[in-house]
Amino acid sequence: MKKNMSLTKVAMPERDPIERSINFEEVALGYTEEMALEEAARCLGCKNRSCVAGCPVNVQIPEFIALVQEGKFIEAYEKIIETNSLPAICGRVCPQESQCEGKCVRGVKGQPVGIGRLERFCADYAMVHGYEPKYDIEKNGRKVAVIGSGPAGLSCAGDMAKRGYDVTVFEAFHVAGGVLQYGIPQFRLPKELVNAEINGLEKMGVKIEKNMVIGKILTLDELKEEGYEAIFIGSGAGLPSFMRIPGENFNGVYSANEFLTRINLMKAYRFPEFDTPIKKYKHVVVVGGGNVAMDAARCAKRLGADEVSIVYRRGEEEMPARLEEIHHAKEEGIIFRLLQNPVEILGDEKGNVTGVKNIKMELGEPDASGRRRPVAIKDSEYVLEADAVVIAIGQSPNPLIKSTTPDLETKTWGGIVADEDGLTSIEGVYAGGDAVTGAATVILAMGAGKKAAAAMDAYLQSK
Amino acid sequence: MYKILEKKVLGPQITKMVIDAPTIAKKAEPGQFIILRIDEQGERIPLTVADFDREQGTVTIIFQIVGKTTTQLNALNEGDALLDFVGPLGKASEFDESIKKVAVIGGGLGTAIAYPQAKKLSAMGVEVDMIAGFRNTDYIILEEEMKACSKNLYITTDDGSNGRKGLVTDVLRERIEAGEKYDLVIAIGPLIMMKFVCLLTKEFDIKTIISMNPVMIDGTGMCGGCRVVVGGETKFACVDGPDFDGHLVDFDSAMRRQPMYREQEQESLHKHQCRMEGMQA
Repeated sequence: MKKNMSLTKVAMPERDPIERSINFEEVALGYTEEMALEEAARCLGCKNRSCVAGCPVNVQIPEFIALVQEGKFIEAYEKIIETNSLPAICGRVCPQESQCEGKCVRGVKGQPVGIGRLERFCADYAMVHGYEPKYDIEKNGRKVAVIGSGPAGLSCAGDMAKRGYDVTVFEAFHVAGGVLQYGIPQFRLPKELVNAEINGLEKMGVKIEKNMVIGKILTLDELKEEGYEAIFIGSGAGLPSFMRIPGENFNGVYSANEFLTRINLMKAYRFPEFDTPIKKYKHVVVVGGGNVAMDAARCAKRLGADEVSIVYRRGEEEMPARLEEIHHAKEEGIIFRLLQNPVEILGDEKGNVTGVKNIKMELGEPDASGRRRPVAIKDSEYVLEADAVVIAIGQSPNPLIKSTTPDLETKTWGGIVADEDGLTSIEGVYAGGDAVTGAATVILAMGAGKKAAAAMDAYLQSK
Repeated sequence: MYKILEKKVLGPQITKMVIDAPTIAKKAEPGQFIILRIDEQGERIPLTVADFDREQGTVTIIFQIVGKTTTQLNALNEGDALLDFVGPLGKASEFDESIKKVAVIGGGLGTAIAYPQAKKLSAMGVEVDMIAGFRNTDYIILEEEMKACSKNLYITTDDGSNGRKGLVTDVLRERIEAGEKYDLVIAIGPLIMMKFVCLLTKEFDIKTIISMNPVMIDGTGMCGGCRVVVGGETKFACVDGPDFDGHLVDFDSAMRRQPMYREQEQESLHKHQCRMEGMQA
């Protein structure tokens, strides 16, 4: 086959920034078959396969791309799902630039192969063509429980079901998906697609029990008494961090969790058709530089705000958000106010937000994260007008399960203590994803769920 | 789906429902709450567990018709079902064994939340005086139940149409000044009522527990929408409460947060009513 030696990726069609910034339709439209063939031809199928090493769930990248090159799209999809149970999701939300694509040899000179775009193409192609996976699973009749139906839990559940276990996933909310439902917005990850991927797991035999807050309605001990031989905790990082600055309880100040949950999970952007409200704000300030901050800012814009700003204490280089999200946010007119940090939120006598007092920052010596530490510049405060402030500076693990499971060791900041395989301080209890690491990415959580499934299986086999 | 087994109108705007929810009934304790959602378009609303029956597997809720969701809920009947019903959430009320005498105060719908606490205390052998305040005689709820678990029941109404005319704080002050020695006061009702009960009990240095009912979504500590300032610190009512030491709660900030979505709530209710009238016409 003739290789495509173009230095740049085949562009993926996107909705116009002005048009899309007022609705919640998906921004990136995906490749056509022709585009997929053209992009796939950029892969050299090199021997060292460094892309695979960069993938937390070990997708067999050169192999699936070789099948795309041959136009065998369904076979390519089957190759992907050998190791990744949620490819339509990963193809959209993975930070490929720091994973598979970051290792691609084509990236040394020019852009790497668009692995994420090709993964997305295969998953969408399979879905559109009504692909039904054929499972030949021999059931072993042993029960395992998975707590939380986010990326970590779903990946663990899928892998355990494939191994023949009788898997039940317990979800606190009224829909399954965790952060894929409440966190990542519709325009970046359509919920129909999340539901379809979860549906696929259910067809594989995974049972999902919603409205079950483990730690409240059932404890881990009670799950064991009910016959679950092993438990995986993938309860995520649901506890929002606030800044602990004056004015944080004024009306109009939200945690990113609340702002996004109202909009994504409860569909407040369709109020009053859906009952959960969100207000129409004029000047929204989002504090933080990660994907969550980008999501919140882009949602605020879509709700009709005149001006949306991101306030981030470091520079753009240091932003943890995916490049594509930063790029999309800028295209949509989000204002980036870098190297500054709120010191106070201002409000009126009724308790409504009127502004944010920010202080300018400069970068000093590198800190523990390796990034240069932001240092406040004396007397540089100024007031930015705002009627809503969204705090997106991170989340820590939810302490609910720990509170009724004293034997479960956690770190001081709340993370569950788990070894390489996800084993916690309790025999038969595993954990992974944000509940262990603190807020990270969908794919790292999926990788952790996968690893824990392998360890759980080995443990149960030896029991 | 969670079936409505029993529905009873308690007052002009107040309804009781008994819901089939065996797993929740097994675990629920006084002071805890549930969150329900009626249908796919519905919002999640928190309601305090008013009662539970572990054997029958039921949880009782009592609600006041104030907005669209409660209007819609009230239109459901025995045999209908709720789409989502999750709990028990929040911390259960904890009572010190050394408590001998308690004043339990309820204001309006708050009476329905205060009642299970009075019932539990009375079952523990604690002497309970109950003070319950209502708008007028039509709004009085749970009178027989309250009588059954209290030594003295004092009812007040705003217009004097039943019991005594005045506020619950008038009765409380009178009882304390008459020499009643309460080890604990529990006050549940509108924020303004709880605030004034706390100001009064602080004067007499009587420990006071109140129950917060702020705006919330998930009820598991995830959104932080329900934050309240207690002792100068921000707490989440859903996981740190809903019960708090009333002398530490910043009621003024809670009262500013309460009406945050009033405009949207009105809009939603109005649209719902128009649609209902349209269907009847």
